[in-house]
Amino acid sequence: MRTILPLAITFVTGMIMVLNFFVPHRPFNSMGNSLSDWYMIVASAAIFLGAMNLLQVHFARIRHRARNWQYSPVAIGGFLLMLTAGLVTGVEEGRAFDFMFQNMVVPMGATMFSLLAFFVASAAFRAFRSSNWRATLLLVSAFVVMLGRVPIGDLLWRLVPGAASGAHPSLVTEIAEWIMQVPNMAGQRAVMIGAALGVVATSLRMIFGVERSYLGGAD
Amino acid sequence: MNWEILGIWLGALLTLSLYSFLYRDNPFYKFTEHLFVGMSAGYWVIYNIFNVLRPNLWDRLTGAGEAGPDLWMIIPAVFGVFMILRLVPKVASLSRFALAMIVGTGAGLSLVTTLQTNALAQVEGTILSVTGGGLSEFLDSFLLVAGVVCGLVYFFFSKAHRGVIGGAAGIGITILMIAFGASFGYTVMARISLLIGQAQFLLFRWLPTIPLFRGLAG
Repeated sequence: MRTILPLAITFVTGMIMVLNFFVPHRPFNSMGNSLSDWYMIVASAAIFLGAMNLLQVHFARIRHRARNWQYSPVAIGGFLLMLTAGLVTGVEEGRAFDFMFQNMVVPMGATMFSLLAFFVASAAFRAFRSSNWRATLLLVSAFVVMLGRVPIGDLLWRLVPGAASGAHPSLVTEIAEWIMQVPNMAGQRAVMIGAALGVVATSLRMIFGVERSYLGGAD
Repeated sequence: MNWEILGIWLGALLTLSLYSFLYRDNPFYKFTEHLFVGMSAGYWVIYNIFNVLRPNLWDRLTGAGEAGPDLWMIIPAVFGVFMILRLVPKVASLSRFALAMIVGTGAGLSLVTTLQTNALAQVEGTILSVTGGGLSEFLDSFLLVAGVVCGLVYFFFSKAHRGVIGGAAGIGITILMIAFGASFGYTVMARISLLIGQAQFLLFRWLPTIPLFRGLAG
């Protein structure tokens, strides 16, 4: 029962969504729309699960005096601060929640992601050491696209005698644009089509109960 | 109290604390990192309550909208509770039902939408790219079509990559390498633009407030 019932739920819900697409009439369309709404609600419960898990992990770190446990109260405090501000004052503009989001969460998020610029660049330098001509091609493609996205690319090109007055004064930008529009698009489409076929196959395996690892085991 | 200046200072101090990691791992960075994790989690919980649960569950369940109470909404509410019960070991198996519902609906939804948008629409776009244009457009279209086909051949593992298949797969991996390089360059530039944004914030918004702050303090 612990396996059969979840598999039956997966089959029924999956088939309703597929039938809703091919037969967009009653009763499938109304069932499909309801399921979409329910999906959103149940999936949002996973956010709560994640938040509670975060609290559990940090409380356990404090209890066991794990490495760097001193910072766990900061994570718990930050969580409770946002939660309390949101629940007590609401989320409208100008409220405490919005103030903390705009002045703390947004700058921290932007800084975290901008830090990746340094690490991606240094990691790439190590990873892309041109071991063969295809790796070199990858490196050159990345370099041209990066150069084409900033004004200095064309400025450097215009230092070449006759380039500024020639037919292509913005050659670096044009090459970068061409790489994005032609070979990049071809590669991305191949990946996308391949991945889409994979998604279709995996979805069918899940709906028909062949793939059941999401239930937490092979039973 | 000037809330705008307080906000700028909070943002600047947190930004500088995070950038201090570029020197080495340190307590300022760790403090801010943990604060970011906690506040982000809190933000997403509140976002979910106000943007998902309240309008889609609570309002419909209590009949806060134009229509009366929708008692069918008890079902997703129960499934949601089942999901959270995963944290209680004795009844953790109930979360399987919620998971099954998410997986089934998600699989059914992604099956048709992915097939439409990521497979059929991409094939259509590739075929339509051949129509019209001069010689350079034709060559671009030819490269695009050949790149897509050869890229797909590279992902086709049911046949050994030898002979014609091997040649096509070789062209495919070449196109893929250029595409990955371009994507990498594009991603790095997106990160760089964030870096520039933060540098501009520090230079043009935070630095001018320092004399003002000193004036307030002294």
